[in-house]
Amino acid sequence: MEQAVPVVELRGITKRFPGIVANDNISLQLRKGEIHALLGENGAGKSTLMSILFGLYQPDEGEIYVNGSREIIDGPGKAIKLGIGMVHQHFKLVQNFTVAENIVLGIEPRRGFSINYRQAHRKVSELSEQYGLKVDPKVQIQDITVGMQQRVEILKTLYRGAEILIFDEPTAVLTVQEIHELMQILRNLAAEGKSIILITHKLKEIMEVSDRVTVIRRGRVIDTLTTSETNESELAEKMVGRRVSFQLDKEKREPGPTLLQVNHLTLRGSDKGRNVLTDVSFEIRAGEIYGLAGVDGNGQHELVDAITGLRPIESGSVVLGGVDLTRKSVRDRMSAGVAQIPEDRQKQGLVLDFKVSENMVLTTYKDSRFGRGGFIDEKAINEHASKLVGEFDVRTAGIHVPMRSLSGGNQQKAIIARELTRDPQLLIAVQPTRGLDIGAIEFVHERLLQAKNEGKAILLISYELDELYKMSDRIAVIFDGQIMGELDSEEVDDEKLGLMMSGNRLKGEGGGAA
Amino acid sequence: MDLISDLANLTNSTLVFATALIFGAMGGLFSERSGVFNIGLEGMMTGGAFAAAIATWYAEKAGYGGASPWLGLLAGIVCGVLFSLLLALASVTLKANQAIVGVVINILAAAITLYLVKIIFNGAGDTDILNEVFSKWAIPGLSDIPFFGKALFNTYPTTYMAYILVPLCSYILFKTPFGLRLRSVGEHPGASDTVGISVTKYRYIGVIISGVLAGIGGAAITLTTTGNFSHSTVSGQGFIALAAMIFGRWSPWGVFGATFFFGMAQALRNFIKLYDWSAHIPMEFLYMLPYLLTLLVLAGAVGKGVKGPAAAGEPYDPSKR
Repeated sequence: MEQAVPVVELRGITKRFPGIVANDNISLQLRKGEIHALLGENGAGKSTLMSILFGLYQPDEGEIYVNGSREIIDGPGKAIKLGIGMVHQHFKLVQNFTVAENIVLGIEPRRGFSINYRQAHRKVSELSEQYGLKVDPKVQIQDITVGMQQRVEILKTLYRGAEILIFDEPTAVLTVQEIHELMQILRNLAAEGKSIILITHKLKEIMEVSDRVTVIRRGRVIDTLTTSETNESELAEKMVGRRVSFQLDKEKREPGPTLLQVNHLTLRGSDKGRNVLTDVSFEIRAGEIYGLAGVDGNGQHELVDAITGLRPIESGSVVLGGVDLTRKSVRDRMSAGVAQIPEDRQKQGLVLDFKVSENMVLTTYKDSRFGRGGFIDEKAINEHASKLVGEFDVRTAGIHVPMRSLSGGNQQKAIIARELTRDPQLLIAVQPTRGLDIGAIEFVHERLLQAKNEGKAILLISYELDELYKMSDRIAVIFDGQIMGELDSEEVDDEKLGLMMSGNRLKGEGGGAA
Repeated sequence: MDLISDLANLTNSTLVFATALIFGAMGGLFSERSGVFNIGLEGMMTGGAFAAAIATWYAEKAGYGGASPWLGLLAGIVCGVLFSLLLALASVTLKANQAIVGVVINILAAAITLYLVKIIFNGAGDTDILNEVFSKWAIPGLSDIPFFGKALFNTYPTTYMAYILVPLCSYILFKTPFGLRLRSVGEHPGASDTVGISVTKYRYIGVIISGVLAGIGGAAITLTTTGNFSHSTVSGQGFIALAAMIFGRWSPWGVFGATFFFGMAQALRNFIKLYDWSAHIPMEFLYMLPYLLTLLVLAGAVGKGVKGPAAAGEPYDPSKR
């Protein structure tokens, strides 16, 4: 099909950062009125490429054409002038400004020296109606939902007359319902003639909404495909660079002796009011993955804190490999073989401004291997870190760069590398694949299974049932701080779990320890 | 003396003392609203007070007469701006730690002004007493109003300027595009940057306005209350202004209320002397009063979780955008 001049054309874009080539000779064409998905794993270079198009970075090589003419985009101001708008993954909204103030910021309508607020509110309302993006111009950003904040971001670009819209991982922060609405908004915008670039690593969304897909891997364009002529597994393969099995071979083997015993654990809430955990008991055996399902906020965090020793418990006991940990400190528990992949890796698992190498010994720096007499043996630490980075394929510009500079998936790999090489008895994994792309998820799952096969006890806490089905040997459900029941992975189904997750105890056989 | 007349005098004197604080605190406000801590306020005010004294003294000798304090005021502004450029260069362009730069400015200003005074006045620690300083203007008509005439409309030109400054700052910050952009840079520079607003430019402007106002504040002390410059002319009023800015929750009217409060603490020590019973109170306690109040107010205000501009104190790093 012969096409008119593309609205955006990138030719041979190359961008290097110290130690890494983020974009390597990337070329891309965006047609008018299309939704063009940019698919790639975390750290593949999608966001860098779009930051270049939006003028946040300058390319080292390559040319950008907008509507057929070559442009040097030296800042967001220039991009906006060219009709390019970007909806950032982390919203660029001033929390204590109103919706309207955020939208008009930088090109405020005036009356004399003042901002013409009446006109601003009217214009925002008009735009919001025209595109079906419901917002209230007069409320402050801090008082509205994430979904509405995103609509404000979209309106910001439309208010500036954007014809080309870049969406950077727009669904990462949305609820299922909001994602549904966003897909509709994207279709509406394209129908109005806007050209859209959608950065994502979620295959479902691409299949649902995009016209074409460009796959990027390690900074290079792998292919550009028409969405209707491809499918999820082909895209996944191109993105990751090898065949991706959506099914894992879970070896069925008889688990070993009981490793972790949690007995009648009760924990009172921080407000000293009601219990956040009530009489929780369960056991995990060596070589077993014990899945814990439940809606977020039903006592999962408290349970993890109780086992790792971060919160004192009211009554009950925690026993690991025959050793009573109930009165032990956090460090003693770690030495006894408790390891954790925390839910929020950036806040709990890592110190982002520390070097990669330093992060790799956060839980083991006191070891005699890494220092003596209160001094740190930097050479030993560096060797250890290099080994881990290699073994676990942590993609980083080196072991001396700050952890902050790594992508989410690679940060997670770093934590897993650190914790698993400590050879723990018990591994607590909380939402271990949250926010990761397919390749990284697969990696995490493989490593967890490997740990299981090595005879470790694994407590897997997840809000995604698919993950629990795939990984667990047994699945229990927690509701309101109590275990509702426990099922073998063969007898599990959505209905049973759903009932337990909404507070119904399991009846009859297989009844849990509750 | 009757009570009404006493109160009018107290109010008048409170506002005179508050003038320097209003200029100083508004200066701090513009800087912090743009995202730059200005611990150096004290130094900028010291610079303003010094330059005003020197310029007025030379102008006097050169025969400029009544225009001399106005030239002094101008010199105060220039000196305040020079110090503010130092802050802007170090903390915006070179991304240095803002608190440290502020402290350095305070030390530098205290030292360099005293040094220059000693050079100019043959080793003396303070300047000569100035003859040509500001005198109080009674506004015809308004000054005849009972109580208010005496309290508000018979005062120094700098205090009249402060009257105008408060609503003007409020208008600029909250009603104009400039104010919206300045505040956005102090709250979320990434948001400003991505809509094409230059974070560097607005922070420079914020800091320079800060220098202008702090310079006037310092000059106001020399040209109205002390009549000369020495190392103790400013004596912590820059810090009190900072406290007033926090106490006033970074809003011009709130700051005005806070400066009135602190101004009164200073005015009281002269006011109380009028009464016989004041002889029983050691003067040291009265002189302590403004600083003691500052301490109490800050402890109270900070305890209640008062929050300033979200991005204040952090150099803007586009790669963490």
